[in-house]
Amino acid sequence: MEIFGKAVKFGDNVDTDVILPAKYMVHIDPNELARHAMEGLDPAFAAKAKTGVILVAGKNFGCGSSREQAPIALKYAGVKCVIAESCARIFYRNAINIGLPVVECADILSSVEEGEELAVDLVNGVIKNRSKNTTFYAAKLPQFILEILSSGGLIENLKMKMTRK
Amino acid sequence: MNLTEKIVAKASGKREVVPKEIVDAKVDAIMVNDLTGPLAVEAFKKIGVAEVWDNKKIVIALDHLAPASSEKAAELHKIIRVFAEEQEIEGFYDVGEGVCHQIMVEKGYVAPGKLIVGADSHTCMYGAFGAFATGIGSTEAAAVFATGSIWLRVPETIKVNVEGKFKNLVTSKDLILHIIGEVGADGAIYKSVEFSGSTIGSISMDGRMTMCNMAVEMGAKNGIIEPDETTLSYLNLNHEALKNDLDASYEKVVEVDAADLEPKVACPHSVDNVKDVREVAGVEVNQAFIGSCTNGRIEDLRLAARILRGEKVNKGTRLLVIPASRKIYLQALREGLIEIFLEAGAVVCNPTCGPCLGGHMGILAAGEVCISSSNRNFIGRMGSPKANVYLASPATVAASAITGKITDPRDMEVK
Repeated sequence: MEIFGKAVKFGDNVDTDVILPAKYMVHIDPNELARHAMEGLDPAFAAKAKTGVILVAGKNFGCGSSREQAPIALKYAGVKCVIAESCARIFYRNAINIGLPVVECADILSSVEEGEELAVDLVNGVIKNRSKNTTFYAAKLPQFILEILSSGGLIENLKMKMTRK
Repeated sequence: MNLTEKIVAKASGKREVVPKEIVDAKVDAIMVNDLTGPLAVEAFKKIGVAEVWDNKKIVIALDHLAPASSEKAAELHKIIRVFAEEQEIEGFYDVGEGVCHQIMVEKGYVAPGKLIVGADSHTCMYGAFGAFATGIGSTEAAAVFATGSIWLRVPETIKVNVEGKFKNLVTSKDLILHIIGEVGADGAIYKSVEFSGSTIGSISMDGRMTMCNMAVEMGAKNGIIEPDETTLSYLNLNHEALKNDLDASYEKVVEVDAADLEPKVACPHSVDNVKDVREVAGVEVNQAFIGSCTNGRIEDLRLAARILRGEKVNKGTRLLVIPASRKIYLQALREGLIEIFLEAGAVVCNPTCGPCLGGHMGILAAGEVCISSSNRNFIGRMGSPKANVYLASPATVAASAITGKITDPRDMEVK
């Protein structure tokens, strides 16, 4: 699984209230949620992400509320992958469960500039900054998480396991 | 093993677990609410199983936008009601019954040694009873509905040991704010946080819930307090509860001196931006909120009523008082507290999360300031991204509502 995209950068402690403000949680349609992705911090984000981007963030990305509407909004806005220095645990699980890959990589913020081209090899945990020709190593995703992602998410993975039995 | 490890081991059918291990744990109870439930219902339908694994272990509470604040909210509630009826879920609580976490405790779903998950981040609150309780998302909840189990990474545990007696009008809310300020918003990321020590032993169940409720604000997977006589008598249980082994191990131990503590406030826009109330005293407040799963219980209302009795809310400040459940509301009514609040000029609302998450019942305009007994103060949390939210104890909120400015409750005459 290799993912390509331009980097969009955010800092530390980006919480799910800014990723998807509560007033939009009445919406179930993922495309409606996507229109408001990151609105609390950057109202221009949804337009920026349309081309397909890789979100690069600092520590504790996705902290706060368990709202799954947050990773849904990011994924449908065009985020193909999140690379964070560390990721809040509920957000991490939610993102994987809906098929949005998240990798953790220390010092990624200082190694990537806004708009640079990145390539993420999920299986081997390798991140390439193609604009600078540099390589970084992320924490490797456990096999069962890679399986969830390759199925497209938790529900798809569960269905597959249930039909196998 | 420590208590968290023991509970996870038991739920996974293992004799022993160690930190970092991945296990598959059976769930004793799961909760979803009106904002997380609809997505869970949709995801559950995609799995293709006809029935949930155990309809006696599921709780659904309509609490965040209760009663329905808009047509869209009403549609979400309808989705939940239909599902609850189809699946014959006894543990369905419609609008007005209470905030989801308070309901879990009041209706008997929480007990020492249980493994509980909830589609709401403050699920960690039930750790106050010596249960392992952690927040999850909607899709995860759907998978639990279908299978009754969940994968977990066994966390390392940080022990926070608290000794000493609180000063007058210093509460468990001030203590947990202090701890979050010291540990940091990501200081306990992925970890279990266990609160121990003589101070914790002296805190009531209401106060212990306040503390475990906010463990997530340090990034923790769960907060937990070893059960004792106070726990068992609150729940009317008389059997032995799971406790730490004598040789239980922890990643680190943080010592806190409670006697030294002053009333605290978490300043905009992060929960770990904690200062003494006196450092920010004088900031004008447009709204004051007493309520939420963090501080909407009877003790919180009693403390606020002590301060508000015979006083008036400042002209230009709205004070919202929201009991966390119907049961608490009734109790407050019978104790004469509701009358005190109304006479003081407060707005008393039905049990709901209300303004805590900027849902309804007290949204803020740009430039407004709210002092709140709830649990988060992120940008835009209570409405406008240009509003400021300060978090504090019910005593501090009540005092500030009277003066119209952030006020240390000890600087007011309290009978």
